[in-house]
Amino acid sequence: MEGTAAPMSAEPQTGVVDMMLNMGPQHPATHGVFRMVLSIDGERVVGVRPHIGYLHRGSEKLSEHESYGQVITLFDRLDYVSNLNNELVFARAAEELMGVEAPERAQYIRTILCELNRVASHLLFIGTYALDVGAMTPVMYTFRERERVQNLFEHVTGARMMHNYFRIGGVKEDVPGDFAERVRSVVRHLREGVEETDRLLTFNEVYLARTRGVGVISAADAVSCGLTGPCLRGSGVAYDVRKAYPYEVYDRLEFDVPVGEFGDCWDRYWVRLQECYESLRMTEQALEQMPDGLVMAPGRRIARPPKGEAYAHAENPRGDIGVFLVSDGTDKPYRVKVRPPSFCNLVGLERMMDGAYVADAVAILGSLDIVLGEVDR
Amino acid sequence: MISGLLGLLTTLRWLFRKPVTAHYPKQHLPVQERYMGFPALLWDDTAAEPFCTGCMVCVRECPTQCMSAQMHDNPKFASGESHRRKIIQTFEINLNRCILCGICVDVCAFDAIEMSYEHELSSFSRTGARADLGLLLELGGRYTETTQWQATNPEKNVASVALAKRAAAKTQAGEAEGKA
Repeated sequence: MEGTAAPMSAEPQTGVVDMMLNMGPQHPATHGVFRMVLSIDGERVVGVRPHIGYLHRGSEKLSEHESYGQVITLFDRLDYVSNLNNELVFARAAEELMGVEAPERAQYIRTILCELNRVASHLLFIGTYALDVGAMTPVMYTFRERERVQNLFEHVTGARMMHNYFRIGGVKEDVPGDFAERVRSVVRHLREGVEETDRLLTFNEVYLARTRGVGVISAADAVSCGLTGPCLRGSGVAYDVRKAYPYEVYDRLEFDVPVGEFGDCWDRYWVRLQECYESLRMTEQALEQMPDGLVMAPGRRIARPPKGEAYAHAENPRGDIGVFLVSDGTDKPYRVKVRPPSFCNLVGLERMMDGAYVADAVAILGSLDIVLGEVDR
Repeated sequence: MISGLLGLLTTLRWLFRKPVTAHYPKQHLPVQERYMGFPALLWDDTAAEPFCTGCMVCVRECPTQCMSAQMHDNPKFASGESHRRKIIQTFEINLNRCILCGICVDVCAFDAIEMSYEHELSSFSRTGARADLGLLLELGGRYTETTQWQATNPEKNVASVALAKRAAAKTQAGEAEGKA
């Protein structure tokens, strides 16, 4: 930690010791089991030390004992609010390894579902983040809207959350006949719902007071901390994997990458809110373009990739998720390494919290939108 | 101030609408057509036996190893009532371990297992979550009834169709032999 790094309060120079405040692992604002130890000087936070591992389930190691098809069920459970995005990145890594490509229709289906999943995930963030900073109402609205997406997923995949729908080389089965109508109706309702939440929350004075200028991280710092996703774009860096390294059918869709201005909590919230609109736009475009055809690449049902390694990454609602996959030629992966965006975004926590009020600690942590299933794996 | 009033207006609009909440234990929302509940075994009416031959592929492919199965020789095969040489003897699913992923249905080549709509199977007994063959077939029966289930590959898996096909093939072969 050199250069712009804020000095930690490790060495008391004048014989004054900072107060330590333990927060978590069971704290409603940590959205899971996350513990951080804050060093406090009066009302200011001067240091923060995150402690992770309370939700460690050994997913990476478990993957080495499961066949490729079974690993997808584990990826569902990494980031458990954007399950389909996780499935997608593993399926893509395995496809790269095997040299197969999903048929076009399957790619469109995946894109549509992933974008809807992104909206659902961001809606969950908006609702719970508003709750964190003291607004009780928006969570009711966002959960109501999120339910529409969950119902659609149940209709398409058979499960509300742990779908196990994407396969290596396509999707499990074709979408039901009324898919297009249902997606259109969901998108219409979601747009209204997001607009409503927007009206309710975005420029509310109390909300602005709690989030504007809080947890600021500069663009340079955000890049050097390795932040990705809305946390990075909130600081004004327009990096989006969907634009920078287009996968699936994103190169055929027209969308903007919303960026923030100051890198504070409000900007990170605003970026997510705008991404909801963009995702809905993309969903509609993809639905228009979706061709007929196969949904699964022809070939063997049991995946047995040749020896080698592959890396695939994708834009999750939380950032750039990467999967590094090593195969030894058997039907089980030799090594699965996940680069979870929530975990990497936690690196920025220290800089954001430096000098903030204790009361804002919750607001700053919430604005990172971490999911502990993914942080601990 | 203005934004606060705008927010109040938004909430006020919803004050006079119908609630979207369903009160769960009293009110059940219908499940979707593709809903994946607990796995269930299916019953072949035409031979009065389960479809399952106990080939163990679902047991092997299950990510959580929640199943166990044993097969034995099918007595109905000897008497010519069924085309299945082997038939399932015991089958147990630990529903506590099952993660409802549907992989067992994907890999089954005998149309023997389906994800039923059952999702409320809590019981007061400690072993209540261990579904044996009888319970699994009962769940499957309820599933086939509600969905008008049809085998995806009847020629191979439904006993009457498969036997008829075999008999036809035999007579054809016999005729060919007679001609020769």
